[in-house]
Amino acid sequence: MYCKKIMIVQMIRRTATCTATCTATCTTQLNYQKSKAIKTHNTQIPLACALLTCPLKLELQSRSMAASTAVTANYVLKPPPYALDALEPHMSKQTLEFHWGKHHRAYVENLKKQVLETELEGKPLDHIIHKTYNNGDLLPAFNNAAQAWNHEFFWESMKPGGGGKPSGELLALLERDFTSYEKFYEEFNAAAATQFGAGWAWLAYANDKLKVVKTPNAVNPLVLGSFPLLTIDVWEHAYYLDFQNRRPDYIKTFMNNLVSWEAVSARLEAAKAASSSSA
Amino acid sequence: MAIRCVASRKTLAGLKETSSRLLGFRGIQTFTLPDLPYDYGALEPAISGEIMQIHHQKHHQTYVTNYNNALEQLDQAVNKGDASAVVKLQSAIKFNGGGHVNHSIFWKNLAPVKEGGGEPPKGSLGSAIDTHFGSLEGLVKKMSAEGAAVQGSGWWLGLDKELKKLVVDTTANQDPLVTKGGSLVPLVGIDVWEHAYYLQYKNVRPEYLKNVWKVINWKYASEIYEKECN
Repeated sequence: MYCKKIMIVQMIRRTATCTATCTATCTTQLNYQKSKAIKTHNTQIPLACALLTCPLKLELQSRSMAASTAVTANYVLKPPPYALDALEPHMSKQTLEFHWGKHHRAYVENLKKQVLETELEGKPLDHIIHKTYNNGDLLPAFNNAAQAWNHEFFWESMKPGGGGKPSGELLALLERDFTSYEKFYEEFNAAAATQFGAGWAWLAYANDKLKVVKTPNAVNPLVLGSFPLLTIDVWEHAYYLDFQNRRPDYIKTFMNNLVSWEAVSARLEAAKAASSSSA
Repeated sequence: MAIRCVASRKTLAGLKETSSRLLGFRGIQTFTLPDLPYDYGALEPAISGEIMQIHHQKHHQTYVTNYNNALEQLDQAVNKGDASAVVKLQSAIKFNGGGHVNHSIFWKNLAPVKEGGGEPPKGSLGSAIDTHFGSLEGLVKKMSAEGAAVQGSGWWLGLDKELKKLVVDTTANQDPLVTKGGSLVPLVGIDVWEHAYYLQYKNVRPEYLKNVWKVINWKYASEIYEKECN
């Protein structure tokens, strides 16, 4: 049975025609709607699913050229793939209500106003980001566009019951490029802690290598030529209500309790596919 | 003493020549957190006591601590003649030293209402504001708009005297005003980093900017203005 609601949502987001049937298992739903026991293919996914990340959508988008835009956020304020209180006690409901409900929402709304009746209107978000990055000489819409993208990417970088050490291929690659998971942890931690002022820390992929990157304000790896895999928001609004000035505690909590390695793995697969298809 | 001058008055370009004079200088002057000239709760309801306490005891203290560490490392690097280490330390010095400089000014830019906070400037500064901006309201409106527009973290140090002219400008992160112009003197600075208002105003920075004017210490700004004008 077709999940009509999701398809409608997807069509608005994509410039291409979305013809796929939403039949995949929405794994995020397992966390959010465990009671509904949605685990098998071809299950009719209820209306609420329209709010959650559907892995099928990720799969669809990774076939397109810009694999890193598995997050589309085409001027839409997409809810996180979990309830706003689902990350407690590590990230409070109050933080999510403000961070997603006010800050992220404002970036999306202000972007819409900013591109209205300009040549950027209607263009995909990643196009706007590249255009307005303008090789570092930022144009006005960059901040809102990049922040809209960054925040959607950030929500999807976390999950309830997340954190800890990854496994499988991802762990192997981290050990290859950082000598150990602990070394990666240290480096990611340091980048997040030493980004002066507002910004982000990232795990990114480029030239078949994983690396840690930190960026100021709204800048992200897309404009620096690499595929983002994981991010932590270190703008003060991301942690102030829960941790006040204690950014190191926030970073540790994120690493130990919130990171969604599944999301990171999926993005890595997409990044590798996109790299090899353009090679 | 040389370092104190660098920290508060000279431009960062001056740091280079000053640090070369430190070769062989044993012991550097370190800094301490200045006391607030009022209680943490004295600026309520414009700025909550909770914010003032964390802002002063945690944020400003951290800048002071890290600045001292950076200066010690700088001293060692200079004595060893390690030029690349000296250059590498510049961003930590600018950030933490700037944080210390900016916040030290900021605490003086604020005053409880019963000690004159919010009272409009009189004298030469008052008339200069009217001349340049039409009125105090005009200045407030302009500064509030620019403060709200700062992307990310920054200061909005307004009212500067350059060639005998008042100027409104903004700086990023913890950059002190001198980084925008060697002859700029800060008169009123407003911290627009989120830590300065988030616990009370959350995402509504414009509301913070509207209310902070009620505790701005124009007396201090006038004193600096008159001193610099003579």
